[in-house]
Amino acid sequence: MTRVFISRDAASLALGADTVAAAVAAAGPVELVRTGSRGMFWLEPMIEVETPAGRIAYGPVQPEDVPGLHSAGLLTGGAHGLRLGRPEELAFLAAQTRLTFARCGVTDPVSLEEYRRHGGLKGLARAIEIGPAATITAVTDAGLRGRGGAGFPTGIKWRTAAEAKGPRKFIVCNADEGDSGTFADRMLMEGDPYCLIEGMVIAGLAVGATKGWIYTRSEYPHAAATFDAALVNARRAGLLGADVLGSGFAFDIEQRIGAGAYICGEETSLLDSLEGRRGQVRAKPPLPAHKGLFGCPTVINNVITLASVPVILAEGAAHYRDIGMGRSRGTMPIQIAGNVRHGGLFEAGFGLTLGEIVEDIGGGTLTGRPIRAVQVGGPLGAYFPPALFDTPFDYEAFAARDGLIGHGGVVVFDDTVDLARQARFAMEFCAEESCGKCTPCRIGSVRGMEVIDRILAGDRVDANLTLLRDLCETMKFGSLCALGGFIPYPVMSALIHFPEDFRRASALAAD
Amino acid sequence: MAEYEPWAASRAAEIIAVHAGQEGATLPILHALQQTFGYVPAQAIPQIAEALNLTRAEVHGIASFYHDFRSAPPGRHVLRLCRAEACQSLGADRLAAEVQARLDVDWHDTTGDGAVTLEPVFCLGLCAVGPSGMLDGKPLGRLDVARVKAALDAAR
Repeated sequence: MTRVFISRDAASLALGADTVAAAVAAAGPVELVRTGSRGMFWLEPMIEVETPAGRIAYGPVQPEDVPGLHSAGLLTGGAHGLRLGRPEELAFLAAQTRLTFARCGVTDPVSLEEYRRHGGLKGLARAIEIGPAATITAVTDAGLRGRGGAGFPTGIKWRTAAEAKGPRKFIVCNADEGDSGTFADRMLMEGDPYCLIEGMVIAGLAVGATKGWIYTRSEYPHAAATFDAALVNARRAGLLGADVLGSGFAFDIEQRIGAGAYICGEETSLLDSLEGRRGQVRAKPPLPAHKGLFGCPTVINNVITLASVPVILAEGAAHYRDIGMGRSRGTMPIQIAGNVRHGGLFEAGFGLTLGEIVEDIGGGTLTGRPIRAVQVGGPLGAYFPPALFDTPFDYEAFAARDGLIGHGGVVVFDDTVDLARQARFAMEFCAEESCGKCTPCRIGSVRGMEVIDRILAGDRVDANLTLLRDLCETMKFGSLCALGGFIPYPVMSALIHFPEDFRRASALAAD
Repeated sequence: MAEYEPWAASRAAEIIAVHAGQEGATLPILHALQQTFGYVPAQAIPQIAEALNLTRAEVHGIASFYHDFRSAPPGRHVLRLCRAEACQSLGADRLAAEVQARLDVDWHDTTGDGAVTLEPVFCLGLCAVGPSGMLDGKPLGRLDVARVKAALDAAR
């Protein structure tokens, strides 16, 4: 029977992939394989058909297109207006370097056999062969840095935990991907969960942890379900359990679900939440690597960080390190989102410019209007104007321009956006999501909303702008964590690059 | 559409007992209670406190810290609309205002007929297909008022 592949990624489902899959199944006998997504969401729901010439893609397909597709010879890759050809040859995919997302959209995510057949578990086999110390060295040499946003060198974190003494050690995977504009963790968990499991097992082996936890946000029920299904299969196959793949090393993983608190993406809040408490930030030191979950040495890494480890072990540190720029090595799954024509996931080596990402790859705005601003790095990231589109996608280059790449989310806005309103939203979001532990964040965000409201109303604009700048300084340097500490990025970038938006009311009053 | 059980202290005690033995049991218990009853009933708080050797104030503090846990039962359907930046860039604010006007509810309210509870959500990871939402756990993309109405009509 002809194999037909249709994504069951949540974003594909949001566009009707289930209805399309039902229509395809009803139209004739096929072997339907539900995959993750290739990450080209403007082409979803997309159908891929296995033919002697490779897979042939069609999209975006609506259920009513299915009878016509069948008449046109869908199952043999026949010509049709929606025929896209071989997906790997589409410009958006051909230009990528897919290491972490190599299997996403290709394989059945819960089939461990397919995972193996497509190169999975090679990294773990290598880690078992070379042992913990050499595994940590490989991760260090690859130059892998935390993909959650902070960019801390992963190998150093692992070494610290490996050297720490404790009755138990833990690997904690941060799957609380709360930044707007980001969906890489979700796509990976829905599209290639074994890759993350393999990365966590390797981390456990490297630092001497026997238990892994994954904290998945409740807004991702599909990711949580796919990951749980993969955990069951992994235990059955001996990839998890008392003797991982016959290595004599024990490791298991437990998934916990968050409860809608953005702050729990902050690592110490996440640990408190896992322990069953309010997700409040802890002061550091002690570092989690010394004293983390339940007071034990803990490695806490983002999903993409851990999922990047298998390929580093399988292909060698140099293979990974040779991609990228400056101190940002390897690939980053860039998530192109918001008001953009070609939204999706683009995995590439660091160094593409922001303009290349949003204009060449993203294809400009969905509305067809000019781009006015791009927010990079989630709600704590700066708004960049087109004048800064030459900024290369790199941790240091963004920091040098008072921004951050964060978890790699890029949100495009057209020229109808009001940046003073966006700055106000940043403060509102911070007020809503603050854990309340430190004053600059808890009170500062509320005062920030009030000050911006006065500016928007044209009330003593200059004096209030001075006050807002001063408040941002206080929050930046006085907050305990990145929520209060980084919320000045969107606010100040709006103020610096789009000052006219803060003077609309006063300009009106002067007329 | 979810089917919830009516409140029963004995049922709550059963649920709590299932999870109380695990490390960091509070969130798993709160989730399980909400799954069963549709919300976290105030009467369950002392039971959780007793089982986990916490004070009632601590348990209340935990349950009220997290946006997910409701203190009252929801309507027959829960519609969540994303309010975060990526969806804002495609008019999520306007969409939310229109949906609120049409359903005659504010955030967290339930329509007069008990059919729909409207909840805000900050990001569903559907940022490339915004404005996005979720109806009874089913993801929705490229939303406008007509698509929201169609989804609600299909669910009712």
